[in-house]
Amino acid sequence: MSDKPLLRIINLKKRFGDKVVLDGISFDLNKGETKVIIGPSGTGKSTLLKSINRLVVPDEGEIWLGDTEIVRCKNINAIRQQIGYVFQDFGLFNHLTALENVMIGLTKVKKIPKKEALERARYELNRVGLSGIEDLYPAQLSGGQKQRVAIARALAMDPKLMLFDEPTSALDPELIGEVLAVMQELAESNMTMLVVSHEMGFARSVSDEIIFIEDGKIVEQAPPEKMFKDPENPRTREFLFKLSELYGEG
Amino acid sequence: MSEFLRQFMIVDIFVTNFGTLMQGLVFTFELAIVSMVFGTIFGVLLALGRSFGTRLLSWLCTAYIEIIRGTPLLAQLFILYFALPPYGIRLSAITVAFLGFTLNSAAYQAEYTRGSIEAVGEDQYMAAYSLGMSSWQTIIYVVLPQAIRWSIPAWTNELIYLLKSTSIAYVIGAPDLLTQGKFIASRNYQFFRVYLIVALIYLVIVLAAARLIGKIEKKIEIPGFGYTKNQR
Ligand SMILES: Nc1ncnc2c1ncn2[C@@H]1O[C@H](COP(=O)(O)OP(=O)(O)OP(=O)(O)O)[C@@H](O)[C@H]1O
Ligand SMILES: [Mg+2]
Repeated sequence: MSDKPLLRIINLKKRFGDKVVLDGISFDLNKGETKVIIGPSGTGKSTLLKSINRLVVPDEGEIWLGDTEIVRCKNINAIRQQIGYVFQDFGLFNHLTALENVMIGLTKVKKIPKKEALERARYELNRVGLSGIEDLYPAQLSGGQKQRVAIARALAMDPKLMLFDEPTSALDPELIGEVLAVMQELAESNMTMLVVSHEMGFARSVSDEIIFIEDGKIVEQAPPEKMFKDPENPRTREFLFKLSELYGEG
Repeated sequence: MSEFLRQFMIVDIFVTNFGTLMQGLVFTFELAIVSMVFGTIFGVLLALGRSFGTRLLSWLCTAYIEIIRGTPLLAQLFILYFALPPYGIRLSAITVAFLGFTLNSAAYQAEYTRGSIEAVGEDQYMAAYSLGMSSWQTIIYVVLPQAIRWSIPAWTNELIYLLKSTSIAYVIGAPDLLTQGKFIASRNYQFFRVYLIVALIYLVIVLAAARLIGKIEKKIEIPGFGYTKNQR
Protein backbone atom coordinates (compact mmCIF):
# COMPACT_ATOMS: atom_id res chain seq x y z
CA MET A 1 0.00 0.00 0.00
CA SER A 2 0.93 3.64 -0.22
CA ASP A 3 2.45 5.57 2.65
CA LYS A 4 -0.94 6.98 3.53
CA PRO A 5 -1.37 7.39 7.29
CA LEU A 6 -3.59 4.88 9.09
CA LEU A 7 -5.53 7.73 10.67
CA ARG A 8 -5.80 11.21 9.23
CA ILE A 9 -7.80 13.93 10.93
CA ILE A 10 -8.50 17.07 8.96
CA ASN A 11 -9.82 20.29 10.44
CA LEU A 12 -12.15 18.67 12.94
CA LYS A 13 -14.69 20.95 14.61
CA LYS A 14 -17.34 20.34 17.21
CA ARG A 15 -19.41 22.59 19.38
CA PHE A 16 -21.88 21.79 22.15
CA GLY A 17 -24.38 24.64 22.17
CA ASP A 18 -22.30 27.83 22.25
CA LYS A 19 -19.20 26.10 23.47
CA VAL A 20 -16.59 25.31 20.84
CA VAL A 21 -14.99 22.08 22.00
CA LEU A 22 -12.94 21.09 18.93
CA ASP A 23 -11.67 24.02 16.93
CA GLY A 24 -9.97 22.71 13.83
CA ILE A 25 -7.91 19.71 14.87
CA SER A 26 -5.67 18.11 12.23
CA PHE A 27 -3.03 15.41 12.58
CA ASP A 28 -1.89 12.07 11.18
CA LEU A 29 -1.14 8.79 12.85
CA ASN A 30 0.91 6.28 10.89
CA LYS A 31 0.65 2.55 11.17
CA GLY A 32 2.54 1.31 14.23
CA GLU A 33 2.82 4.74 15.83
CA THR A 34 1.74 5.71 19.31
CA LYS A 35 0.77 9.29 20.02
CA VAL A 36 -0.14 10.65 23.41
CA ILE A 37 -2.60 13.51 23.80
CA ILE A 38 -2.32 15.79 26.80
CA GLY A 39 -4.17 18.91 27.82
CA PRO A 40 -6.16 20.56 30.61
CA SER A 41 -9.55 19.22 31.69
CA GLY A 42 -12.46 20.12 29.46
CA THR A 43 -10.39 20.95 26.38
CA GLY A 44 -11.99 18.33 24.16
CA LYS A 45 -9.65 15.33 24.45
CA SER A 46 -12.47 12.86 25.05
CA THR A 47 -14.61 14.52 22.42
CA LEU A 48 -11.78 14.08 19.92
CA LEU A 49 -11.42 10.39 20.70
CA LYS A 50 -15.16 9.82 20.62
CA SER A 51 -15.35 11.56 17.26
CA ILE A 52 -12.94 9.02 15.83
CA ASN A 53 -15.42 6.20 16.23
CA ARG A 54 -18.38 8.56 15.99
CA LEU A 55 -19.69 8.17 19.51
CA VAL A 56 -19.78 11.93 19.00
CA VAL A 57 -20.65 13.31 15.57
CA PRO A 58 -18.35 16.18 14.56
CA ASP A 59 -19.83 19.30 12.95
CA GLU A 60 -17.08 19.76 10.40
CA GLY A 61 -13.95 18.09 9.16
CA GLU A 62 -12.87 14.67 8.01
CA ILE A 63 -11.53 11.59 9.69
CA TRP A 64 -9.90 8.99 7.48
CA LEU A 65 -9.22 5.47 8.63
CA GLY A 66 -7.16 4.23 5.71
CA ASP A 67 -9.40 4.78 2.71
CA THR A 68 -12.64 5.21 4.62
CA GLU A 69 -13.97 8.57 5.75
CA ILE A 70 -15.66 8.11 9.13
CA VAL A 71 -17.67 11.29 9.73
CA ARG A 72 -19.99 10.64 6.80
CA CYS A 73 -19.62 6.89 6.29
CA LYS A 74 -22.74 4.74 5.97
CA ASN A 75 -21.83 1.69 8.00
CA ILE A 76 -20.33 3.00 11.22
CA ASN A 77 -20.61 -0.38 12.97
CA ALA A 78 -18.15 -1.89 10.51
CA ILE A 79 -15.70 0.93 11.28
CA ARG A 80 -16.12 0.64 15.03
CA GLN A 81 -15.16 -3.03 14.89
CA GLN A 82 -11.77 -1.93 13.59
CA ILE A 83 -11.18 0.61 16.35
CA GLY A 84 -10.56 -0.58 19.89
CA TYR A 85 -11.75 1.86 22.54
CA VAL A 86 -10.66 1.78 26.15
CA PHE A 87 -12.60 3.99 28.53
CA GLN A 88 -11.55 5.71 31.70
CA ASP A 89 -14.32 3.92 33.63
CA PHE A 90 -13.67 0.51 32.00
CA GLY A 91 -17.15 -0.01 30.51
CA LEU A 92 -17.16 -3.74 31.18
CA PHE A 93 -20.56 -5.39 30.78
CA ASN A 94 -21.68 -5.95 34.35
CA HIS A 95 -23.77 -9.04 33.68
CA LEU A 96 -20.99 -10.96 31.95
CA THR A 97 -17.91 -12.71 33.29
CA ALA A 98 -14.46 -11.54 32.23
CA LEU A 99 -14.35 -14.24 29.58
CA GLU A 100 -17.84 -13.45 28.29
CA ASN A 101 -16.94 -9.78 28.14
CA VAL A 102 -14.13 -10.59 25.75
CA MET A 103 -16.22 -13.07 23.78
CA ILE A 104 -19.36 -11.07 23.17
CA GLY A 105 -17.94 -8.88 20.42
CA LEU A 106 -16.60 -11.96 18.67
CA THR A 107 -19.81 -13.99 18.80
CA LYS A 108 -22.43 -11.28 18.40
CA VAL A 109 -20.70 -8.73 16.19
CA LYS A 110 -18.18 -10.77 14.23
CA LYS A 111 -20.38 -13.89 14.34
CA ILE A 112 -17.42 -16.13 15.07
CA PRO A 113 -18.35 -19.65 16.23
CA LYS A 114 -18.50 -19.95 19.99
CA LYS A 115 -15.66 -22.42 20.33
CA GLU A 116 -13.27 -20.30 18.33
CA ALA A 117 -14.33 -17.18 20.21
CA LEU A 118 -13.71 -18.93 23.50
CA GLU A 119 -10.19 -19.84 22.49
CA ARG A 120 -9.47 -16.35 21.29
CA ALA A 121 -10.88 -14.80 24.46
CA ARG A 122 -8.71 -17.03 26.65
CA TYR A 123 -5.68 -16.10 24.56
CA GLU A 124 -6.37 -12.38 24.92
CA LEU A 125 -6.93 -12.60 28.67
CA ASN A 126 -3.70 -14.52 28.98
CA ARG A 127 -1.94 -11.87 26.91
CA VAL A 128 -2.91 -9.13 29.39
CA GLY A 129 -1.80 -11.34 32.28
CA LEU A 130 -5.23 -12.43 33.44
CA SER A 131 -5.40 -16.21 33.23
CA GLY A 132 -7.43 -17.62 36.09
CA ILE A 133 -10.01 -14.86 36.44
CA GLU A 134 -12.08 -15.87 33.39
CA ASP A 135 -15.20 -16.66 35.39
CA LEU A 136 -15.23 -13.63 37.67
CA TYR A 137 -17.74 -10.81 37.18
CA PRO A 138 -16.64 -7.17 36.91
CA ALA A 139 -17.83 -6.50 40.46
CA GLN A 140 -15.30 -9.09 41.65
CA LEU A 141 -12.29 -7.56 39.85
CA SER A 142 -9.87 -4.84 40.88
CA GLY A 143 -9.71 -1.67 38.80
CA GLY A 144 -6.47 -2.76 37.17
CA GLN A 145 -7.94 -6.14 36.29
CA LYS A 146 -11.07 -4.52 34.89
CA GLN A 147 -9.05 -2.26 32.65
CA ARG A 148 -6.96 -5.16 31.40
CA VAL A 149 -10.14 -7.12 30.59
CA ALA A 150 -11.35 -4.06 28.69
CA ILE A 151 -8.10 -3.99 26.74
CA ALA A 152 -8.37 -7.72 26.01
CA ARG A 153 -11.94 -7.22 24.83
CA ALA A 154 -10.82 -4.53 22.41
CA LEU A 155 -7.81 -6.53 21.17
CA ALA A 156 -9.92 -9.62 20.49
CA MET A 157 -11.64 -7.70 17.69
CA ASP A 158 -8.32 -7.40 15.81
CA PRO A 159 -8.45 -3.61 15.70
CA LYS A 160 -6.35 -1.54 13.31
CA LEU A 161 -6.25 1.23 15.85
CA MET A 162 -6.56 1.45 19.63
CA LEU A 163 -7.91 4.51 21.38
CA PHE A 164 -7.31 4.96 25.12
CA ASP A 165 -9.11 7.69 27.03
CA GLU A 166 -7.30 8.22 30.33
CA PRO A 167 -7.12 4.46 30.93
CA THR A 168 -5.36 4.77 34.26
CA SER A 169 -6.86 7.86 35.83
CA ALA A 170 -9.61 5.95 37.66
CA LEU A 171 -7.09 3.54 39.17
CA ASP A 172 -5.40 3.44 42.54
CA PRO A 173 -1.75 4.38 42.13
CA GLU A 174 -0.49 0.87 42.82
CA LEU A 175 -2.61 -0.53 39.98
CA ILE A 176 -1.55 1.93 37.29
CA GLY A 177 1.66 0.09 36.52
CA GLU A 178 0.03 -3.18 35.48
CA VAL A 179 -2.15 -1.41 32.91
CA LEU A 180 0.66 0.74 31.57
CA ALA A 181 2.81 -2.37 31.20
CA VAL A 182 0.19 -3.98 28.98
CA MET A 183 -0.07 -0.81 26.90
CA GLN A 184 3.67 -0.55 26.57
CA GLU A 185 3.87 -4.11 25.31
CA LEU A 186 1.14 -3.35 22.81
CA ALA A 187 2.98 -0.31 21.52
CA GLU A 188 6.16 -2.33 21.18
CA SER A 189 4.30 -4.98 19.20
CA ASN A 190 3.53 -2.23 16.67
CA MET A 191 -0.09 -1.60 17.47
CA THR A 192 -1.24 1.83 16.32
CA MET A 193 -2.36 3.75 19.38
CA LEU A 194 -3.80 7.11 20.30
CA VAL A 195 -3.68 7.63 24.04
CA VAL A 196 -5.09 10.42 26.16
CA SER A 197 -2.99 10.24 29.30
CA HIS A 198 -1.04 12.34 31.71
CA GLU A 199 1.33 9.50 32.63
CA MET A 200 4.43 11.28 31.43
CA GLY A 201 6.71 8.34 32.09
CA PHE A 202 4.65 6.30 29.69
CA ALA A 203 4.54 9.13 27.14
CA ARG A 204 8.29 9.59 27.35
CA SER A 205 9.22 5.96 26.85
CA VAL A 206 6.51 4.78 24.48
CA SER A 207 5.13 7.59 22.34
CA ASP A 208 6.39 8.76 18.98
CA GLU A 209 4.82 12.12 19.51
CA ILE A 210 3.01 14.09 22.18
CA ILE A 211 0.13 16.33 21.17
CA PHE A 212 -0.78 19.17 23.50
CA ILE A 213 -4.36 20.35 23.10
CA GLU A 214 -5.89 23.39 24.73
CA ASP A 215 -9.33 24.93 24.09
CA GLY A 216 -9.97 22.56 21.21
CA LYS A 217 -6.78 23.47 19.35
CA ILE A 218 -3.44 21.75 18.99
CA VAL A 219 -0.97 24.06 20.68
CA GLU A 220 2.08 21.97 19.99
CA GLN A 221 3.01 18.53 18.81
CA ALA A 222 6.49 17.06 18.99
CA PRO A 223 8.43 13.91 19.86
CA PRO A 224 8.73 13.48 23.64
CA GLU A 225 12.44 14.41 23.83
CA LYS A 226 11.76 17.73 22.17
CA MET A 227 8.52 18.29 24.06
CA PHE A 228 10.12 17.78 27.46
CA LYS A 229 13.46 19.44 26.78
CA ASP A 230 12.63 22.30 24.57
CA PRO A 231 8.93 23.05 24.02
CA GLU A 232 8.32 25.95 21.66
CA ASN A 233 5.15 27.36 23.11
CA PRO A 234 5.24 28.90 26.60
CA ARG A 235 1.79 27.40 27.26
CA THR A 236 3.21 23.93 26.70
CA ARG A 237 6.06 24.63 29.09
CA GLU A 238 3.63 25.88 31.71
CA PHE A 239 1.32 22.87 31.35
CA LEU A 240 4.16 20.35 31.50
CA PHE A 241 5.47 22.08 34.59
CA LYS A 242 2.04 21.81 36.22
CA LEU A 243 1.87 18.15 35.29
CA SER A 244 5.23 17.38 36.80
CA GLU A 245 4.13 19.11 39.98
CA LEU A 246 0.86 17.15 40.06
CA TYR A 247 2.08 13.71 39.11
CA GLY A 248 5.79 13.93 39.88
CA GLU A 249 8.43 13.28 37.25
CA GLY A 250 7.11 10.22 35.39
CA MET B 1 -65.18 -25.21 75.20
CA SER B 2 -66.29 -21.66 74.90
CA GLU B 3 -68.43 -20.64 71.95
CA PHE B 4 -65.67 -18.28 70.81
CA LEU B 5 -62.99 -20.95 70.57
CA ARG B 6 -65.42 -23.29 68.84
CA GLN B 7 -65.39 -20.79 65.98
CA PHE B 8 -61.86 -21.86 65.17
CA MET B 9 -62.68 -25.57 64.77
CA ILE B 10 -62.05 -25.67 61.06
CA VAL B 11 -60.51 -29.05 60.42
CA ASP B 12 -63.68 -30.95 59.57
CA ILE B 13 -64.93 -28.19 57.25
CA PHE B 14 -61.54 -28.21 55.56
CA VAL B 15 -61.63 -31.99 55.12
CA THR B 16 -65.21 -32.14 53.84
CA ASN B 17 -64.64 -29.41 51.27
CA PHE B 18 -61.08 -30.29 50.39
CA GLY B 19 -61.84 -31.08 46.75
CA THR B 20 -63.68 -27.84 46.08
CA LEU B 21 -61.03 -25.77 47.84
CA MET B 22 -58.25 -27.43 45.83
CA GLN B 23 -60.08 -26.75 42.58
CA GLY B 24 -60.18 -23.10 43.57
CA LEU B 25 -56.55 -23.15 44.57
CA VAL B 26 -55.46 -24.68 41.27
CA PHE B 27 -57.36 -22.00 39.37
CA THR B 28 -55.81 -19.29 41.53
CA PHE B 29 -52.34 -20.68 40.73
CA GLU B 30 -53.12 -20.89 37.04
CA LEU B 31 -54.48 -17.36 36.97
CA ALA B 32 -51.54 -15.89 38.89
CA ILE B 33 -48.84 -17.73 36.95
CA VAL B 34 -50.32 -17.23 33.49
CA SER B 35 -50.92 -13.53 34.19
CA MET B 36 -47.40 -13.28 35.52
CA VAL B 37 -45.77 -14.94 32.51
CA PHE B 38 -47.72 -13.13 29.80
CA GLY B 39 -47.76 -9.93 31.83
CA THR B 40 -43.98 -10.09 32.00
CA ILE B 41 -43.56 -10.63 28.28
CA PHE B 42 -46.03 -7.89 27.39
CA GLY B 43 -44.62 -5.65 30.11
CA VAL B 44 -41.05 -5.96 28.82
CA LEU B 45 -42.26 -5.16 25.30
CA LEU B 46 -44.13 -2.11 26.62
CA ALA B 47 -41.03 -0.95 28.47
CA LEU B 48 -38.85 -1.38 25.38
CA GLY B 49 -41.42 0.46 23.29
CA ARG B 50 -41.59 3.27 25.79
CA SER B 51 -37.81 3.61 26.21
CA PHE B 52 -36.54 2.91 22.70
CA GLY B 53 -39.54 3.12 20.35
CA THR B 54 -40.38 5.84 17.86
CA ARG B 55 -42.19 8.83 19.33
CA LEU B 56 -45.59 7.42 18.40
CA LEU B 57 -44.86 3.96 19.79
CA SER B 58 -43.37 5.41 22.94
CA TRP B 59 -46.43 7.62 23.40
CA LEU B 60 -48.81 4.70 22.87
CA CYS B 61 -46.97 2.53 25.39
CA THR B 62 -46.93 5.37 27.91
CA ALA B 63 -50.64 5.98 27.42
CA TYR B 64 -51.43 2.31 27.94
CA ILE B 65 -49.31 2.10 31.08
CA GLU B 66 -50.75 5.28 32.59
CA ILE B 67 -54.36 4.36 31.84
CA ILE B 68 -54.06 0.89 33.33
CA ARG B 69 -52.21 2.11 36.39
CA GLY B 70 -54.54 5.06 36.81
CA THR B 71 -57.78 3.08 36.92
CA PRO B 72 -58.99 0.45 39.41
CA LEU B 73 -58.42 -3.18 38.52
CA LEU B 74 -62.00 -3.88 39.46
CA ALA B 75 -63.25 -1.38 36.88
CA GLN B 76 -61.02 -2.98 34.25
CA LEU B 77 -62.48 -6.41 34.94
CA PHE B 78 -66.04 -5.05 34.83
CA ILE B 79 -65.37 -3.28 31.56
CA LEU B 80 -64.05 -6.46 29.96
CA TYR B 81 -66.93 -8.47 31.37
CA PHE B 82 -69.94 -6.17 31.08
CA ALA B 83 -69.11 -3.34 28.70
CA LEU B 84 -67.94 -5.38 25.72
CA PRO B 85 -70.94 -7.67 25.06
CA PRO B 86 -73.07 -4.85 23.55
CA TYR B 87 -70.37 -4.61 20.88
CA GLY B 88 -70.59 -8.32 20.19
CA ILE B 89 -67.52 -9.27 22.23
CA ARG B 90 -68.68 -11.81 24.74
CA LEU B 91 -65.96 -13.24 26.98
CA SER B 92 -66.38 -15.91 29.64
CA ALA B 93 -65.56 -15.09 33.26
CA ILE B 94 -62.44 -17.24 33.00
CA THR B 95 -61.23 -15.50 29.85
CA VAL B 96 -61.89 -12.10 31.38
CA ALA B 97 -59.91 -13.09 34.47
CA PHE B 98 -56.87 -14.26 32.48
CA LEU B 99 -57.02 -11.32 30.10
CA GLY B 100 -57.73 -8.71 32.77
CA PHE B 101 -54.94 -9.73 35.11
CA THR B 102 -52.44 -10.13 32.29
CA LEU B 103 -53.19 -6.70 30.83
CA ASN B 104 -53.14 -5.12 34.27
CA SER B 105 -49.94 -6.78 35.44
CA ALA B 106 -48.18 -5.91 32.18
CA ALA B 107 -48.59 -2.20 32.86
CA TYR B 108 -47.02 -2.45 36.31
CA GLN B 109 -44.25 -4.71 35.13
CA ALA B 110 -43.53 -2.34 32.26
CA GLU B 111 -42.85 0.35 34.82
CA TYR B 112 -40.56 -1.84 36.91
CA THR B 113 -38.68 -2.84 33.77
CA ARG B 114 -38.41 0.74 32.58
CA GLY B 115 -36.91 1.72 35.91
CA SER B 116 -34.37 -1.06 35.47
CA ILE B 117 -33.61 -0.05 31.89
CA GLU B 118 -32.88 3.47 33.11
CA ALA B 119 -30.55 2.05 35.76
CA VAL B 120 -28.27 0.70 33.02
CA GLY B 121 -25.49 3.26 32.71
CA GLU B 122 -24.41 5.26 29.69
CA ASP B 123 -21.02 3.53 29.84
CA GLN B 124 -22.65 0.21 28.92
CA TYR B 125 -24.09 1.69 25.73
CA MET B 126 -20.80 3.35 24.82
CA ALA B 127 -18.89 0.11 25.34
CA ALA B 128 -21.38 -1.84 23.21
CA TYR B 129 -21.31 0.71 20.39
CA SER B 130 -17.55 0.84 20.44
CA LEU B 131 -17.45 -2.90 19.76
CA GLY B 132 -19.58 -2.29 16.68
CA MET B 133 -22.93 -3.41 18.07
CA SER B 134 -26.04 -1.94 16.49
CA SER B 135 -28.67 -0.28 18.69
CA TRP B 136 -30.74 -3.45 18.65
CA GLN B 137 -27.83 -5.68 19.52
CA THR B 138 -27.00 -3.32 22.36
CA ILE B 139 -30.53 -3.52 23.71
CA ILE B 140 -30.79 -7.28 23.36
CA TYR B 141 -27.35 -8.37 24.53
CA VAL B 142 -26.42 -5.64 26.99
CA VAL B 143 -29.31 -3.51 28.24
CA LEU B 144 -32.13 -6.03 28.54
CA PRO B 145 -30.16 -8.78 30.33
CA GLN B 146 -29.06 -6.25 32.92
CA ALA B 147 -32.49 -4.65 33.23
CA ILE B 148 -34.03 -8.08 33.76
CA ARG B 149 -31.59 -8.80 36.59
CA TRP B 150 -32.53 -5.53 38.27
CA SER B 151 -36.22 -6.37 37.80
CA ILE B 152 -36.25 -9.82 39.37
CA PRO B 153 -37.05 -8.63 42.92
CA ALA B 154 -39.91 -6.49 41.65
CA TRP B 155 -41.21 -9.39 39.63
CA THR B 156 -41.24 -11.69 42.63
CA ASN B 157 -43.23 -9.12 44.54
CA GLU B 158 -45.58 -8.96 41.59
CA LEU B 159 -46.14 -12.72 41.64
CA ILE B 160 -46.95 -12.62 45.34
CA TYR B 161 -49.25 -9.67 44.77
CA LEU B 162 -50.99 -11.60 41.98
CA LEU B 163 -51.47 -14.72 44.10
CA LYS B 164 -53.50 -12.61 46.53
CA SER B 165 -55.09 -10.07 44.22
CA THR B 166 -56.48 -12.64 41.79
CA SER B 167 -59.09 -13.18 44.50
CA ILE B 168 -60.77 -10.09 43.06
CA ALA B 169 -61.77 -12.38 40.18
CA TYR B 170 -64.60 -13.55 42.40
CA VAL B 171 -66.61 -10.44 41.49
CA ILE B 172 -67.11 -11.78 37.98
CA GLY B 173 -67.53 -15.34 39.22
CA ALA B 174 -64.27 -16.84 38.00
CA PRO B 175 -63.77 -20.10 39.95
CA ASP B 176 -60.76 -19.05 42.06
CA LEU B 177 -60.09 -19.97 45.68
CA LEU B 178 -62.16 -17.14 47.16
CA THR B 179 -65.11 -17.87 44.86
CA GLN B 180 -65.05 -21.52 45.93
CA GLY B 181 -64.97 -20.42 49.55
CA LYS B 182 -67.99 -18.21 49.03
CA PHE B 183 -69.73 -21.15 47.34
CA ILE B 184 -69.00 -23.48 50.28
CA ALA B 185 -70.11 -20.89 52.83
CA SER B 186 -73.36 -20.25 51.01
CA ARG B 187 -74.22 -23.91 51.52
CA ASN B 188 -73.11 -24.50 55.12
CA TYR B 189 -73.52 -20.92 56.46
CA GLN B 190 -70.15 -21.26 58.29
CA PHE B 191 -68.95 -17.92 56.88
CA PHE B 192 -66.31 -17.16 59.46
CA ARG B 193 -64.75 -20.63 59.45
CA VAL B 194 -64.77 -20.99 55.70
CA TYR B 195 -63.17 -17.58 55.09
CA LEU B 196 -60.67 -18.29 57.85
CA ILE B 197 -59.66 -21.47 56.00
CA VAL B 198 -59.40 -19.54 52.73
CA ALA B 199 -57.26 -16.85 54.35
CA LEU B 200 -54.96 -19.45 55.88
CA ILE B 201 -54.51 -21.17 52.51
CA TYR B 202 -53.54 -17.82 50.97
CA LEU B 203 -51.07 -17.24 53.78
CA VAL B 204 -49.47 -20.66 53.30
CA ILE B 205 -49.06 -20.35 49.52
CA VAL B 206 -47.76 -16.80 49.74
CA LEU B 207 -45.15 -17.75 52.34
CA ALA B 208 -44.19 -20.85 50.37
CA ALA B 209 -43.92 -18.87 47.13
CA ALA B 210 -41.78 -16.22 48.80
CA ARG B 211 -39.38 -18.86 50.12
CA LEU B 212 -39.15 -20.69 46.82
CA ILE B 213 -38.53 -17.48 44.91
CA GLY B 214 -35.91 -16.41 47.43
CA LYS B 215 -34.04 -19.64 46.73
CA ILE B 216 -34.26 -19.18 42.97
CA GLU B 217 -33.07 -15.58 43.28
CA LYS B 218 -30.04 -16.75 45.22
CA LYS B 219 -29.24 -19.34 42.62
CA ILE B 220 -29.23 -16.95 39.68
CA GLU B 221 -27.63 -14.06 41.54
CA ILE B 222 -24.73 -12.30 39.82
CA PRO B 223 -22.18 -10.34 41.82
CA GLY B 224 -22.80 -6.64 41.43
CA PHE B 225 -26.56 -6.90 40.98
CA GLY B 226 -28.35 -6.01 44.17
CA TYR B 227 -31.96 -5.29 44.96
CA THR B 228 -34.19 -2.57 43.61
CA LYS B 229 -37.15 -1.69 45.75
CA ASN B 230 -39.97 -1.50 43.21
CA GLN B 231 -43.21 -2.98 44.44
CA ARG B 232 -46.85 -2.20 44.84
N1 LIG C 1 -22.55 15.55 25.31
C1 LIG C 1 -22.15 16.76 25.69
N2 LIG C 1 -23.03 17.79 25.75
C2 LIG C 1 -22.63 19.02 26.12
N3 LIG C 1 -21.38 19.34 26.45
C3 LIG C 1 -20.45 18.38 26.41
C4 LIG C 1 -20.78 17.04 26.02
N4 LIG C 1 -19.66 16.29 26.08
C5 LIG C 1 -18.68 17.14 26.46
N5 LIG C 1 -19.14 18.38 26.67
C6 LIG C 1 -18.34 19.54 27.06
O1 LIG C 1 -17.30 19.66 26.17
C7 LIG C 1 -16.11 20.07 26.81
C8 LIG C 1 -14.98 19.12 26.48
O2 LIG C 1 -15.28 17.85 27.06
P1 LIG C 1 -14.26 16.64 26.96
O3 LIG C 1 -14.86 15.55 27.75
O4 LIG C 1 -13.97 16.36 25.53
O5 LIG C 1 -12.98 17.22 27.66
P2 LIG C 1 -11.67 16.47 28.13
O6 LIG C 1 -10.54 17.21 27.53
O7 LIG C 1 -11.78 15.02 27.85
O8 LIG C 1 -11.68 16.72 29.68
P3 LIG C 1 -11.22 15.77 30.88
O9 LIG C 1 -9.74 15.89 31.00
O10 LIG C 1 -11.93 16.34 32.06
O11 LIG C 1 -11.68 14.38 30.54
C9 LIG C 1 -16.44 20.14 28.28
O12 LIG C 1 -16.68 21.48 28.61
C10 LIG C 1 -17.70 19.36 28.43
O13 LIG C 1 -18.49 19.85 29.45
MG1 LIG D 1 -11.93 13.27 29.00
